[in-house]
Amino acid sequence: MSDHEYTPTSKAGKWFNDRLPLLTLANHLTDYPTPKNLNYWWTFGGILTFCLITQIVTGLTLAMHYIAHADMAFESVEHIMRDVNYGWLIRYIHANGASMFFLAVYIHIFRSLFYGSYKAPREIIWIIGIIIYLLMMAAAFMGYVLPWGQMSFWGATVITNLFSAIPLVGEGIVTWLWGGYSVDNPTLTRFFTLHYLIPFLILGLVVLHIWALHVPGNNNPVGIDVKKPSKDTVPFHPYIVIKDTFALLMFMIVFAFFVFYTPNILGHADNYIEADPLVTPAHIVPEWYLLPFYAILRSVPDKLLGVIAMLSAILILAALPWLDTSKIRSAVFRPLYKQFYWILVADVLILGYVGAMPAEGLYLLVARVATAYYFLHFLVILPVLGLKEKTLPIPLSITEPILGGTANLATARNKESSIK
Amino acid sequence: MSEKKTNRRDFLFTATYAVGAVGVGATVWPMIDQMNPDASVKALASTEVDVSSLTPGKTITVLWRGKPVFIRRRTEDEIADARSVKLDDLKDPEKDEDRAKNPEWLVMLGVCTHLGCVPLNDKGDYNGWFCPCHGSHYDTSGRIRKGPAPTNMEVPKYEFVNANTIKIG
Amino acid sequence: MKNFLRILSLVIVFLATPLSSYAAEKVEYLKTDWSFKGLFGKFDRGALQRGYQVYTEVCASCHSMKYLSYRNLSEKGGPEFTEQQAKAIAASFDVTDGPNSDGEMFTRPGKLSDKFVMPYENVKAAQAANGGAYPPDMSVLVKARGGGVDYIYSLLQGYEDPPVGITLDEGVHYNKYMYGNKIKMSNPLSDGLIEYSDGTNATVEQMSKDVTTFLMWTAEPHLETRHQMGFKAIVYLIILTILVYFSMKRIWSRVETKV
Repeated sequence: MSDHEYTPTSKAGKWFNDRLPLLTLANHLTDYPTPKNLNYWWTFGGILTFCLITQIVTGLTLAMHYIAHADMAFESVEHIMRDVNYGWLIRYIHANGASMFFLAVYIHIFRSLFYGSYKAPREIIWIIGIIIYLLMMAAAFMGYVLPWGQMSFWGATVITNLFSAIPLVGEGIVTWLWGGYSVDNPTLTRFFTLHYLIPFLILGLVVLHIWALHVPGNNNPVGIDVKKPSKDTVPFHPYIVIKDTFALLMFMIVFAFFVFYTPNILGHADNYIEADPLVTPAHIVPEWYLLPFYAILRSVPDKLLGVIAMLSAILILAALPWLDTSKIRSAVFRPLYKQFYWILVADVLILGYVGAMPAEGLYLLVARVATAYYFLHFLVILPVLGLKEKTLPIPLSITEPILGGTANLATARNKESSIK
Repeated sequence: MSEKKTNRRDFLFTATYAVGAVGVGATVWPMIDQMNPDASVKALASTEVDVSSLTPGKTITVLWRGKPVFIRRRTEDEIADARSVKLDDLKDPEKDEDRAKNPEWLVMLGVCTHLGCVPLNDKGDYNGWFCPCHGSHYDTSGRIRKGPAPTNMEVPKYEFVNANTIKIG
Repeated sequence: MKNFLRILSLVIVFLATPLSSYAAEKVEYLKTDWSFKGLFGKFDRGALQRGYQVYTEVCASCHSMKYLSYRNLSEKGGPEFTEQQAKAIAASFDVTDGPNSDGEMFTRPGKLSDKFVMPYENVKAAQAANGGAYPPDMSVLVKARGGGVDYIYSLLQGYEDPPVGITLDEGVHYNKYMYGNKIKMSNPLSDGLIEYSDGTNATVEQMSKDVTTFLMWTAEPHLETRHQMGFKAIVYLIILTILVYFSMKRIWSRVETKV
């Protein structure tokens, strides 16, 4: 990936670059050949980077005023909301930013599922992504505990209690997590520390994620390999930079609407009640972005199996590059897979819905069916589809679909070598 | 590309950058301003002290903005002493009349201007204060007379809101 | 684009439903116009000042307001009492301070910088004095209840005789809008209970509306600033989006066959 041609223009630049090739890196990022047919589903990587930086900056500024002690946490958040200059704004950006972060990550993941971005040779990018997603969930869970409201406390109690399902060592692990015999001050202070740490771990993984991406280059909606650089690519700057900026601004308008007009709509009213170990709320619900997994957890009547099901639901994604046996990447040319894809989308939305409902009656039945279907999709449907499905013929180049068959032979390539 | 087209393109990009820069500035400002004193700190920016029980020759120390403030009700002798000092003898020349508008009352920050220790009352060679950390001596007007401190003890903004109450800050 | 809209509508439907799931009682709250709702919503200063009067004269004997400071009463965006008035209000309360040089706690008149004085020392004392039920602190009460202002407004007017077949324990009252219908607080309002200093007729409905407006402010003192800043932010973003859009079109026009 070294750019032999690039030499910095100034003497000082050359001196510095010889010692630390940052200018070469910047040049690479600017010139990085990107397929020119990327649609707006590809802008969410940039949007996610914005979300991460937003959370880190607002988080740091909040941490200057927040007090991680059970007796003072709730009050310190009210102090931020009332007295700290722009405190209310920073707090609402951070809280709604978490939701926006997950909204973007789900769109980003579902983009990959549709266009086969997880397939060879991008498996490691995908797996790093799964790890980032897991860390995001951990960070969000711990962050929600920090205001020390009723949902903070009881959500922490329910989720940490899950570890007691582990045979033999479970109880010990829970006590170790709590630092005591129930969720209390030691739990809060360590959650604050870890909540502060994880975003920086995510930042490191994002660097690796992008680095791994830059080896094969981006996938594209047609799912065929693209020669880089060529007529089929554009340099990242300014083409992709401006497009990502446009998409980001649209995203920010939605974000701004939440922050300024409905800042509490995605949250739960009970979290404005101070934590009370003696009173359990009628409905303990996690934030919306964790609901599908909550539904899966509750649909299994056994505690340990429920935990295993919930974890498997996430970890199974890591095996996706191998579960999906299809040689064709993009769902554009996989009409049958496309239908199952949309059914999966509906299934996840249904899981999210029932996750917010009490785990009884019809809701429980639907949750169980939806959970079973989720695993069926990945473990049975995907492997079978790849082998049996009749796919549409894939074009020779990404510009061929518009040029209508008059593919430039110079840019056409062997059909079999499209996916390596 | 004609002259006109280039200018229009440049204008579009320049305008976009300019509008974008405004947004960046508007976003950065709250992040910086949040570190400024918040409303609860600013509410304690001034404090009122009841000095009705202070007799001449006595000093009290109150906390203001996290620092000690000496309030001394001076005797006639102390006032006379302070007023009789020649400005040439002072390291930091300042008239006592300028430091204590109402000569009976001396209000100043009880912080040594050398390195910040709290000087001791009724000590030192000039009947004022003595700082034990590095040996600075202050007179009955709180002015530095001997020792390493460079300037006189600072007189904050204050006023008598009524005969018994001083508002500092 | 088509798919995006499909998903967006699905998501909105799914998101909207859980949010209303906590109106599990299926009771329609009483409706009224709230001046602070909507994109350009602002507080009615008169309502805030009257609401403060209701809180002080009716509720404050049991309900604390511990996150508010007396200076908030004269700050922009709230009841906007003058600084003199707010100082006088503060001074009418006794605040515990200390320890003094004898090591003892003492009481002194309140200052602007003090937090609202609580009616009880702590939660347990409040429970003991109220038959085991804790009168909740009201600083963020409106945000702490799923039904928000409509719920509080309705509850204050929702006291009625229990329906046939329901018997209540000693000290428990029936309320049409309370979650679970049983509430330990007796009906706090009655027509003419207080005399508004601005002369408004103090009906139960009027007091309910005024005190609920006041509670919306105590929960969200920066609501007006938030709305104003939001309007400017979104207009700004739309302008910038349009500029960036045209820049994008201009840049991409250089590419012959954009997909």
